[in-house]
Amino acid sequence: MGLESSVTSPTSAEGSLQAQPLITPSIWSGFWATFKRDMLIAVRHRGEMANPIMFFLMVITMVPLGITPEKGILQILAPGMIWVVALLATLLSLDGLFRSDFEDGALEQLLMSPQPLYFQVLAKVLVHWLTTGLPLTVMAPLLGVMLALPAEGFLPLVCSLLLGTGCLSLIGSIGAALTVALRKGGLLLSLIIMPLYVPVLIFGSSAVSSAIEGFPMGGQLAVLGAFLAFAIMLAPIAAAGALRISVNG
Amino acid sequence: MTDSLIELKNLRCERDERVLFEGLDLQVNAGDIVQIEGPNGCGKTTLLRVLTTSSVDYEGELYWSGKALNISKLDYLNQLLYVGHLSGIKKALTPRENLNWFSGINQGHKRCSIEVALEEVGLFGFEDVPCHHLSAGQLRRVALARLFLTPARVWILDEPFTAIDKQGVANLERLMTEHAAGGGCVILTTHQDMTIQSLRKINLQSYRGVAA
Amino acid sequence: MGWQWFHRLGSPRWFYEKTDAWMPWLAVVSVALLVIGSIWGLGFAPADYKQGNSYRIIYIHVPASFLALAGYYTMAISGAIGLIWKMKLAEAVVKCAAPIGAVFTFIALVTGAVWGKPTWGTWWVWDARITSMLVLLFLYLGVMALQEAFQHQDTANRASAILALVGTVNIPIIYWSVEFWNTLHQPATLKFTSESTIDPSMLYPLLTMIVGFYVFYAWVLLASTRSEVLRRERKTRWVNELAAAKAE
Repeated sequence: MGLESSVTSPTSAEGSLQAQPLITPSIWSGFWATFKRDMLIAVRHRGEMANPIMFFLMVITMVPLGITPEKGILQILAPGMIWVVALLATLLSLDGLFRSDFEDGALEQLLMSPQPLYFQVLAKVLVHWLTTGLPLTVMAPLLGVMLALPAEGFLPLVCSLLLGTGCLSLIGSIGAALTVALRKGGLLLSLIIMPLYVPVLIFGSSAVSSAIEGFPMGGQLAVLGAFLAFAIMLAPIAAAGALRISVNG
Repeated sequence: MTDSLIELKNLRCERDERVLFEGLDLQVNAGDIVQIEGPNGCGKTTLLRVLTTSSVDYEGELYWSGKALNISKLDYLNQLLYVGHLSGIKKALTPRENLNWFSGINQGHKRCSIEVALEEVGLFGFEDVPCHHLSAGQLRRVALARLFLTPARVWILDEPFTAIDKQGVANLERLMTEHAAGGGCVILTTHQDMTIQSLRKINLQSYRGVAA
Repeated sequence: MGWQWFHRLGSPRWFYEKTDAWMPWLAVVSVALLVIGSIWGLGFAPADYKQGNSYRIIYIHVPASFLALAGYYTMAISGAIGLIWKMKLAEAVVKCAAPIGAVFTFIALVTGAVWGKPTWGTWWVWDARITSMLVLLFLYLGVMALQEAFQHQDTANRASAILALVGTVNIPIIYWSVEFWNTLHQPATLKFTSESTIDPSMLYPLLTMIVGFYVFYAWVLLASTRSEVLRRERKTRWVNELAAAKAE
């Protein structure tokens, strides 16, 4: 803490000719600082947290109204429908992931902090998942009941969403980072990210449908887990690069 | 003291195919307070963005304590504090929570307690009031309280006196002088007249691009 | 820094002047190959014993599908070069490769649909290959949309390059997932004629067409990049001198 004394007593011989290296802060302290801050903000804006969930609920309500309330048909539609709507709900909420930080200058501060941006992005994505992906997963069984999902489908639905929504948040963060500087980035974000969601959707909904048909779902869940591991490794790197570009531009 | 902290060599910035400045050489030593001058749109903020590493659209060379910036970037960022137009203050959080975040993502430790820092900027008693209850000037002060907390040597301040009253300006000037005397440096832009004796002024106008 | 300077300032002009002589050759070779391949494939190659004459659309469909994918990789590799070495030329290629690749993808989709009508009796089948092609088209459209969305060319270049790279990492996963999905829902339906069992009398015109498409792609991409380079460098002296020379 050489500098501490130097500022409080300016006459001390602290202006020595070497730049004094400060203690490099640990990665976790930076990760936790951002995680804690974003969690606090999310908790203070509880109302916004409910929006994706309400969207999820309302769109699922539209399905029987728009197609048929007949149980046999709903049963077939249920796994895919729940997955598609969970995907859309995640996409809608992603636009805000970096936007407020970009607009109030916090993002700029993040980029010029000595902390690796990878972990900062990871902290923000984790908060996003805890406030959208996890509630959607918890809600999903209720929607399964509404769409007459057979009993064997519930566990795979929750498991696949638990793994899959993590992938959705991570992959989506790349799109959110690329479009953060654009005034109307929301729709564009969906356009560029949705094709990348195809594998997650395929394996997520097929885990549920094959469990209903009596096949083991372990394979699909393992693939989803692999996707998640892959996304944790790579998506924050791409998002961090995209954030630098967006702030630079 | 001639301890060179930041050095720019032959810096050139272009925006929208217009040259903002070129041939800019600047050496900022420990103990310097440098004011970047020039009319609006002359590239002051762009220069600060280059100095804070948020912009990479420049040609020329940057050095931090004698080493090229791309080698010594982590050390530089460790020593850097930037307060800009946009403060990065979250309205939903209290000043204490905001300041904790700033020190958490930066050096991780503080020179004084948050209470003391907030008292210094005249916000005693506002530690736990959500920031959306504060006025624009008070929000500005929350951001400036970081100057008291940070152990960073390099301060880059974009219009720090906006929405600050006379007393506050005087306090800030005193703080900058102390910081400079302690071996730090300050680079700032402002439209206000400053009373600091040792102020160095760099007018960007004189580095305007010659029409190609 | 010396290198960067070279890339940033030297390359576009060098590229423009160098490729000037190639353009007529590429044009002649690609048109010749395409004409020969089409006449050979449509007129002289024998009819398929199962599909009759309708199989002949592979002479367009297969090369177009090849280029749809190759075009994406061209775009992504240029994007990586542009990001790493800040090479202006590579950045221009990213922008130009996107719409060209999208057109080839679209051609592959349409010819696939045309082929589907006599083969399966319907214009659209959720076949694995066609579905992958559709997702590929979406990826192209995403890059194009992102490229258009930014006001600053530099930001647009870098952002679309990142998206192209992310897409590249995902394409194998997408293809594999769609393949998995397809076997799940339509086990062992009609398969396209696989290239390994094709008769030489059908294969040679196909190879001619594939080479022709590649040369054609190179020609179109170069032409498009050349005009993009001129547009981006319009304020430099060499472009102005060029324009003045053309005007005389």
